Amino acid sequence: MQKTLKKYFAVFALPTVIAFVIAFLVPFFMGVYLSFAKFTTVTNAKWVGTDNYVRAFSDSNFLNALGFTAKFTVVSVIAINVLAFLLALLLTRGIRGTNLFRTAFFMPNLIGGIVLGYIWQLLINGVLLNFGVDITFDASYGFWGLVVLMNWQMIGYMMIIYIAGIQNIPGDVIEAAQIDGATPRQTLLYVTIPLVMPSVTICTFLTLTNSFKLFDQNFALTGGAPARQSAMLALDIFNSFYGRMGYEGVGQAKAVVFFLLVAGIALVQLMLTRSREVEN
Amino acid sequence: MEHSGKRFNTILFVFLLILFFLFLIPILLVLVNSFKGQLFISNAPFALPDATTFSGIDNYVNGVQKIDFFRAFGYSLFITVFSVAAIILFTSMTAWYITRVKSPVTSVLYYLFVFSMVVPFQMVMYTMVKVANVLRLDNPFGIIVIYLGFGAGLSVFMFSGFIKSVPVDIEESSVIDGCSPIQTFFLIVFPILRPTAITVAILNAMWVWNDFLLPYLVIGTKFRTIPIAIQYLQGGYGSRDMGALMAMLVLSIIPIIVFYLTCQKYIIKGVLAGAVKG
Repeated sequence: MQKTLKKYFAVFALPTVIAFVIAFLVPFFMGVYLSFAKFTTVTNAKWVGTDNYVRAFSDSNFLNALGFTAKFTVVSVIAINVLAFLLALLLTRGIRGTNLFRTAFFMPNLIGGIVLGYIWQLLINGVLLNFGVDITFDASYGFWGLVVLMNWQMIGYMMIIYIAGIQNIPGDVIEAAQIDGATPRQTLLYVTIPLVMPSVTICTFLTLTNSFKLFDQNFALTGGAPARQSAMLALDIFNSFYGRMGYEGVGQAKAVVFFLLVAGIALVQLMLTRSREVEN
Repeated sequence: MEHSGKRFNTILFVFLLILFFLFLIPILLVLVNSFKGQLFISNAPFALPDATTFSGIDNYVNGVQKIDFFRAFGYSLFITVFSVAAIILFTSMTAWYITRVKSPVTSVLYYLFVFSMVVPFQMVMYTMVKVANVLRLDNPFGIIVIYLGFGAGLSVFMFSGFIKSVPVDIEESSVIDGCSPIQTFFLIVFPILRPTAITVAILNAMWVWNDFLLPYLVIGTKFRTIPIAIQYLQGGYGSRDMGALMAMLVLSIIPIIVFYLTCQKYIIKGVLAGAVKG
């Protein structure tokens, strides 16, 4: 069959490959090249070596965004996973209304980032109104607002994955632990948690990449205000391209750095899941 | 022991119920405010509408006119449906081809698709918009090509993963019986891929429907999808119309809730499968 099928490249693979070249391959390699060039449109690019990278790393907006993003990612990964795991524990006990709760907790995940940003802007500004300020008053308001928003959006999703993980634990393992006299706390610590570690890895990386690459929510909630202090990396790259004349090359250099960081995270994930597969 | 366990579960039930309402508050707040006059929203968002602040459906009428909501809805629907259809059709064919035909070309393609999954949008944002402009893809038809290309990585990867687990014998016997590869694919292979196709469809539909930055940069000045229209309402005018914003937020959440409640089973399955593989 391979021989017959091989002749059908144009039918089976070509449409996707053409779209892939247009939307990904060409833009990617052009992007790498342009990060070493000075340009205002693609056609007037001039090679400038690593100049853009030097300027990116001496740009206080970029460094601030890097710090903000790193801090935000760490805080939201921990908060989301802890809360989602606790919820998953509660919702696997056979309590009344479990299905309704699960449905409701997951729902925010389907709402788009822009809409989420404005929903939370209303709520947070409403609360801050009592103190006579709004979310753009200080970057830390934007930070915690974004953390709460991200929790609201992603807890339900991670909870679903943890529930699946907990339900995958064979019932007799838990039963055996109980017969051996393990307290509920010991069962949780020494049986349940070790057995849901694959889910923990998945959820950690999902929240990690989603938080790190966040754009829409950041754009809608604060737009980087005040003075771009609450801008995350993706928003800072956007600002460099479209908000600052003469920064296109620097923006592209920042984008390459951003890509390398994201790829680095993915690589670590791949190695961790690979090594775990070997153990099993 | 049994009794105290039951009582404990009741306490947990009450706790979950409170949490349930806390989770719904943001949406309820927007809903309530969408029925208030625009001057009464920012300075008293937690007040319920009363005789002076209640504005009926004025905000809805106003907002729908301001951002041409139903046109935006039409663009969102058109782009989502056809992009997802194109992704399902073309990436499943591609995945079958590169999994069944072993050659240097197909394995390079496979690794390129996998590689594209880890590249964030910002990396290709600027250049992709330029390429789309040059090739005249900056319209609701052209953007389907962009979505197919940029979404191909994950979809090909997921289809390939499934195809690898399907025995090749059935396909071979169908070829021996005189089916062409095209017939074999559509009559034999594609029906087997159905579960994965549903997962891929759900994941891509969620992505395309809610996507903001890509359509904003590629077609946003002429064709506004819902997220772009919402953003336009926010930033386009000197003073922002909070009433219209609230009403449009509600209108943009409704289709999502309807979709979720009707396809809940598939959505949960889809995001679970997507999480494990992506």
